[in-house]
Amino acid sequence: MELTLWTYEGPPHVGAMRIATSMEGVHYVLHAPQGDTYADLLFTMIERRGKRPPVTYTTFQARDLGGDTAEMVKTSVREAVERFQPQALLVGESCTAELIQDQPGALASGMGLPIPIVNLELPAYSKKENWGAAETFYQLVRRLLKDQVPPPGTARPGPAPGVRPKVNLLGPSALGFRCRDDVTEVCRLLGEIGVQVSVVAPLGASPADLRRIPEADLNICLYPEVAKPVCDWLKRQFAMPCVYTVPIGIGATRDFLQEVGAALDVDVTMALRPEVVGASDLWSPQLHGGSTERARSRLPWYSRSVDSTYLTGKRVFVFADGTHALAAARIATAELGFELVGLGTYSRESAKLVRAAAKGYGLEALVTDDYLAVEQAISEAAPELVLGTQMERHIAKRLSIPCAVISTPIHVQDVPARYGPQMGWEGANVIFDTWVHPLMMGLEEHLIGMFREDFEFVDGHQSHLHAGGAKPMDSSNSRDVQHPPAPAPVAAVSVGTASTTKTWRWSQEGLAELGKVPFFVRGKVRRNTEAFAQIQGIDLITVDTLYEAKAHYGR
Amino acid sequence: MALIQQSDAAPRSPSPAPGGCGQPLTLLRERGQREVFCGLTSIVWLHRRMPDAFFLVVGSRTCAHLVQSAAGVMIFAEPRFGTAILGERDLAGLADANDELDRVVDQLLSRRPEIRTLFLVGSCPSEVIKLDLANAAQRLSQRHLPRVRVVSYSGSGIETTFTQGEDNALAAMVPLLPRSEAESLLLVGTMADQVEDQFCRLFAQLGLPGVHTLPPRRSTDLPPVGPNTRILLCQPYLSATARALQAQGAQLIAAPYPLGVEGTTAWIQAAAGAFGLTASAVQPHLEAARQRGRKAVARYREQLAGKRLFLLPDSQLEIPLARFLHQECGMVLQEVGTPYLDRLLMAAELEQLPAATISEGQHVDRQLERVRAARPDLVVCGLGLANPLEAEGMATKWSIELVFSPIQGYEQAGDLAELFARPLARRQRLHL
Repeated sequence: MELTLWTYEGPPHVGAMRIATSMEGVHYVLHAPQGDTYADLLFTMIERRGKRPPVTYTTFQARDLGGDTAEMVKTSVREAVERFQPQALLVGESCTAELIQDQPGALASGMGLPIPIVNLELPAYSKKENWGAAETFYQLVRRLLKDQVPPPGTARPGPAPGVRPKVNLLGPSALGFRCRDDVTEVCRLLGEIGVQVSVVAPLGASPADLRRIPEADLNICLYPEVAKPVCDWLKRQFAMPCVYTVPIGIGATRDFLQEVGAALDVDVTMALRPEVVGASDLWSPQLHGGSTERARSRLPWYSRSVDSTYLTGKRVFVFADGTHALAAARIATAELGFELVGLGTYSRESAKLVRAAAKGYGLEALVTDDYLAVEQAISEAAPELVLGTQMERHIAKRLSIPCAVISTPIHVQDVPARYGPQMGWEGANVIFDTWVHPLMMGLEEHLIGMFREDFEFVDGHQSHLHAGGAKPMDSSNSRDVQHPPAPAPVAAVSVGTASTTKTWRWSQEGLAELGKVPFFVRGKVRRNTEAFAQIQGIDLITVDTLYEAKAHYGR
Repeated sequence: MALIQQSDAAPRSPSPAPGGCGQPLTLLRERGQREVFCGLTSIVWLHRRMPDAFFLVVGSRTCAHLVQSAAGVMIFAEPRFGTAILGERDLAGLADANDELDRVVDQLLSRRPEIRTLFLVGSCPSEVIKLDLANAAQRLSQRHLPRVRVVSYSGSGIETTFTQGEDNALAAMVPLLPRSEAESLLLVGTMADQVEDQFCRLFAQLGLPGVHTLPPRRSTDLPPVGPNTRILLCQPYLSATARALQAQGAQLIAAPYPLGVEGTTAWIQAAAGAFGLTASAVQPHLEAARQRGRKAVARYREQLAGKRLFLLPDSQLEIPLARFLHQECGMVLQEVGTPYLDRLLMAAELEQLPAATISEGQHVDRQLERVRAARPDLVVCGLGLANPLEAEGMATKWSIELVFSPIQGYEQAGDLAELFARPLARRQRLHL
């Protein structure tokens, strides 16, 4: 048993639902107890879809367990095929059905139905949502393409001369992070270098579309969490090349274009011309809307402009799915000038890549799906900004740290009406605004650092967001910082979260001085000072200790 | 209502049954796919009613995902619910489930020392593998008392539908209630704080003895129960709780539910009657509020009268709602779906229901065919169906909101009507 306050992923059958709901002409019969239809709301409410997901549930109840639940499966399959007339059928179990072992996939295959049936084996007690989505997509593509697989060793014909090269975009799905707009943005990017998009899947594709996958010249694996197994298989069986670089961020988008160009023998120098991003062009109206002269991205200039100088070295903690965590780490460090103080992912499939990347930033990657472990790590790193998921918003609220969402799991506010891609040039614009917004504005940051007795702009206040000061980190002992108890000469301060209970003695003057440090770096200053005291064997922290530690660590 | 037909074979086999005012009611029983929540969802409101309680689901990742999808749009500095997710080792019997549960509970209680009552909530997986949570609750209580009391109940989908989760939670609290011989009135079922205050004020005015509530606002303030306790149900879905309280000697007051002016009046009169007050003695205390309530409802009656209404099964509130919307707002009932019909608890409501089809259970695809054929002016349904039906051009009222809104009593009668008038008014406003 594992104590879970928040889970980063749903069960694997929700991944399978994401594939079915993304597509047209696919139906999913899910052997599941009454109540599991809650998952429909993910699509009708969070994504605001105006259609029921193409899922038929058996919704067995306790009284059915004494009877023939296998017969319920057959009835559901028969009725679903008759009513919805899909081109292909997925059949699988939810976690409870897995326990009663009715073998619904095998039952359905034995019913003599005239359409392809994919029997999904999704182990609900060991795998999770993204794995379920990837497995379902892989099994479906394999089932539909198995009669087209060429004999081993068959050479693949290159792109025909004079014809625009064609690519498939694989991975975008229902309930993915900003997939809808990412597809539009990537199609635009490719259009600008004269590359045509053939099949986008699973989002919007039908089984007939999946059968056309091998006609393209190149696969683009936009979301490895969903599409990597399929792309790998297509590479093996059909010798289809694949670009795995995900174009999130300026650098990654440039790399992506270069790789696509190299794979298809297309010249991308125009698309990468740096002068088009020039500061002087940013406000020129003809660059907005035109296809070839579209402004590349405003992020580089926004980030270089002097207003962004105060972003330098802001301490940021990144936790997300593998793809978005890796992209965010690169943007944060190389494109926004932040300092990365934590990098982690809940995607075990990406653990290797994230570990390698973290090592490059001088960090140890946090690979976990334990919310409490993430909370602990963030608390210890004391960042000034958290880039994470919906779950990190809970942590950031508890610790009063600014936070922006960069990955699933998400809630309804992260499926916006406006165009909000993460990929490509426009995605970088969106990212700049989204990540900088929660931080305190530069002028306010200076003034709060200088004058601490204002009645309106109090400690932790961010007047561009809301009224009222935020609680500083470690709310349990922050009161001591703001209002030192008058009679006691020293105050005992406990450090860290409830699990670490090491207690430090601060002199009252020392505590008062700590209170003068701007709130968003105060947690870090406290930790540095205490670490310094430990190294030096100082047992009462004074004002001098605080400044000696500051000189020692440089900030 | 002896004549009930199963409709497994034929999609529709209505049968006459005696209804209110001598009019025929038609009861349709269906089985098939049910588009409803499981009882775990009750956690979403119970955690706010009793902030000193924690709800620990023992189940799978699906259960964890359900609760967080429902409540996770709110940002919690301190979560009030969680899941002990079963792993392969638990299923294979490699890990002793009881030891594992003890470890998880210790971990939780050390992180959240302010928890006073811990609910272990059973789920489909824990019920199917027959994990004995009642026993575990007893063991853990011994270990953590007096600081924390541990209680168990089932919120599994195979046994409970949506609000039945609250029924099981309250029924599980009944054995903990202190015994008392004193005369008392126990209001049972979650209501909004202000609604409860209004009723308590009114019952005090009438001079009724010791009014208590279940669930209490603090999980440790448990109301007393005994042979002189009279139970007044505020919610229609409390079958198990009512029977558990009866088993403790308490007496159930038969009444309709306090929805709308008429329902509220009958409900209060039934309670007063149980303590020997006549309707005419009660009347003067109600008159001003009744008038206010009627006036407030009248504003929406204009928009609702004559409109055809179709309710899909969700919370068991459907029958009292249909009664109110017909009786006081003039709506025409097409079908009233309920996930489960307890004829004892619904008797006073059924007497007043006009001729209409009541359906118990669900075959969602067939029911949607009936919705499309009937073309109602308003469909009351869950969120899984609401947007899809709107996209088909039908006005919907999502039913879950009725469990999350103050709707009982005179002062809320207008608000209740407004909830149904709002989607219709919105359609008139928007020109898109």
